[in-house]
Amino acid sequence: MALRGAIVVDSEKCKGCSVCLVNCPTNTIALAKEVNSKGYNFAYMAYPENCTGCTNCATVCPDTCITVYRVKV
Amino acid sequence: MAEHILMKGNEAIAISAIRNGCDGYFGYPITPQSEVMETLMEEKPWETTGMVVLQAESETSSINMLYGGASCGKKVMTSSSSPGLSLMCEGLSYLAGAELPCVVVNVVRGGPGLGTIQPGQGDYFQACKGGGHGDYKMVVLAPSSAQEMYDFVDLGFDLAFKYLNPVLILADGVVGQMMEKVELKPMKPRWSDEFIKSTFKWATTGKTPDRKQNVITSLALDAAVHERLNHKLQLKYKQMQQEDVRFETFMCDDAEHVIVAYGCMARICENTVELARAEGIKLGLLRPITLFPFPTEEINRLVPQLKTMMSVELSAGQMVEDVRLAVNGRVPVNFFGRLGGIVPSPEEVFEAFKKEIK
Amino acid sequence: MDLKDIIKPENRVYAKTPVLTENVMHYCPGCSHGTVHKIIAEVIEEMGIQEKTIGISPVGCSVFAYNYVDIDWQQAAHGRAPAVATATKRLFPDKYVFTYQGDGDLASIGTAEIMHACNRGENIVVIFINNAIYGMTGGQMAPTTLIGMKTSTSPYGRSEELHGNPLKITELIAQLDGTCFVTRQSVQTAAAARKTKRAIRKAFENSGQSKGTSFVEVVSACNSGWKLSPVKANEWMVENMFPQYPLGDIKDR
Repeated sequence: MALRGAIVVDSEKCKGCSVCLVNCPTNTIALAKEVNSKGYNFAYMAYPENCTGCTNCATVCPDTCITVYRVKV
Repeated sequence: MAEHILMKGNEAIAISAIRNGCDGYFGYPITPQSEVMETLMEEKPWETTGMVVLQAESETSSINMLYGGASCGKKVMTSSSSPGLSLMCEGLSYLAGAELPCVVVNVVRGGPGLGTIQPGQGDYFQACKGGGHGDYKMVVLAPSSAQEMYDFVDLGFDLAFKYLNPVLILADGVVGQMMEKVELKPMKPRWSDEFIKSTFKWATTGKTPDRKQNVITSLALDAAVHERLNHKLQLKYKQMQQEDVRFETFMCDDAEHVIVAYGCMARICENTVELARAEGIKLGLLRPITLFPFPTEEINRLVPQLKTMMSVELSAGQMVEDVRLAVNGRVPVNFFGRLGGIVPSPEEVFEAFKKEIK
Repeated sequence: MDLKDIIKPENRVYAKTPVLTENVMHYCPGCSHGTVHKIIAEVIEEMGIQEKTIGISPVGCSVFAYNYVDIDWQQAAHGRAPAVATATKRLFPDKYVFTYQGDGDLASIGTAEIMHACNRGENIVVIFINNAIYGMTGGQMAPTTLIGMKTSTSPYGRSEELHGNPLKITELIAQLDGTCFVTRQSVQTAAAARKTKRAIRKAFENSGQSKGTSFVEVVSACNSGWKLSPVKANEWMVENMFPQYPLGDIKDR
């Protein structure tokens, strides 16, 4: 049984600190090339196929802008 | 029939706190007011009314305990003497800025510095003109008897909750230490938590789903918001001046000269008035009971009939400035004061008065 | 499997707790304050104590903690939060009362207040954020600043001779009989953040059981004050802060 996950980042709230990136065990997340209205390169799910929904990114996110979903497949 | 008990002014403060529904007393020992906390600890009110009594590690801590208790909508108080009040000035500014009610008693001794443990009135400026930072005022009550020490705790809480502002009882070592007959007024129960919750909507009683969070703070980084807060405070201080000036006059109706004195000095100056009257001098006494708001209007009313006024204080001349502001140059305002904890006799005041009017 | 099949309410395993407000935090990107705020809010939600919790916020960057955690708050004078909390808890014994304080607030100007509140064993929770610097005033030396560390008031590095030594206040606190739980944690990794959450939960539970003071230090990064990127700041913290401030429970009774 495998786990498939997905994250939804509130890109307006994200400050692009990258703490989620380095905490992602599957290299799912990257910073966007574009910026939000505050000028931050926000985090996004760059490689959705990698995500297992482990919640590490959301757990360390200081701005609580990540929601995590997970299914067993 | 009302119960009368012989007690010290400091003891009256403690007994009154228990009998008037005070929720918490937080203090630190300092002469000449340590009897307040000693009496409370001996009375063990936590076993009867449920009142909390706690000896804090410093006056800084006790005044901040008041900040916490007042934030909960509770009736909290502390007492101290001059050097302790200096430490409390930070907290008083925060309490005033956050619009929190509390009663603080200063049984004044001599300063500056460690000064003396003898009585003084040198904290008038600190009490009435700020002390802490920023544009704030406190209602300042000046008791001159053990009975008033008792009564002003209750009055103090009434005014503190009327204005959501600290009330200072500015006593002195004489009033705190002397023993007098005190009439115990009927007991007032402590407020229930339900009463506090429904009456003081601003208090931090725990955020329920039916209301927004309550935040007690004096911080406002937005200049416009902060100016509005200050204007609101100033309106409150104006209202105090309109509604809560308290004073007493003695033989002022036909007076040509009036002594202004508060606290223990007012008691002494009453005798001075009698000495003067015996010699045919038309002397009267004005005793401000609230030092802020100051009885400026009453002085205004008296000035046209007067030749001189005189402020008599246990200080180098502090209240005299408010008397002069009220008189505004219309008649001479003289001053007599003793320092170092020396309390002048009625005769000494009379001699000083006669020298000035010669 | 399509993303839209995964992103469904029934598959949600992590979302913002409603105890956190919608306000965007004023903290710098990557600041540990946000993570700790979130953990506190999650603990409050999980314990179902939102109506019974009163927070005391300090002076420092987290003075505005009340904008983010949706409970009743009292904003205390600098360093005085433990005194404020003392009276609040004693007058409302059935409430959960906690202070949230930084290193300048708790370990410098408020040393007397924290020592005595902990020594009296007040049934409160103390959350102590130690990032070894004064963040809000612009990066001055704190009591916990490391030897050699450069700040705006130790521009050549903190020297023992000139500035004195970094204060291990948590170890001092653990000596006091009034404390029941004293621990040092961090939030730079998911594992660390989960441990911190367990510690904070335990602290709140202790408060409910009147066991004494629970004290949770969170060694934190101030990347702006340290002049590092958020990720580099966390690495620097692990390398330099942890040897001076080792993680783990110091006391648990």
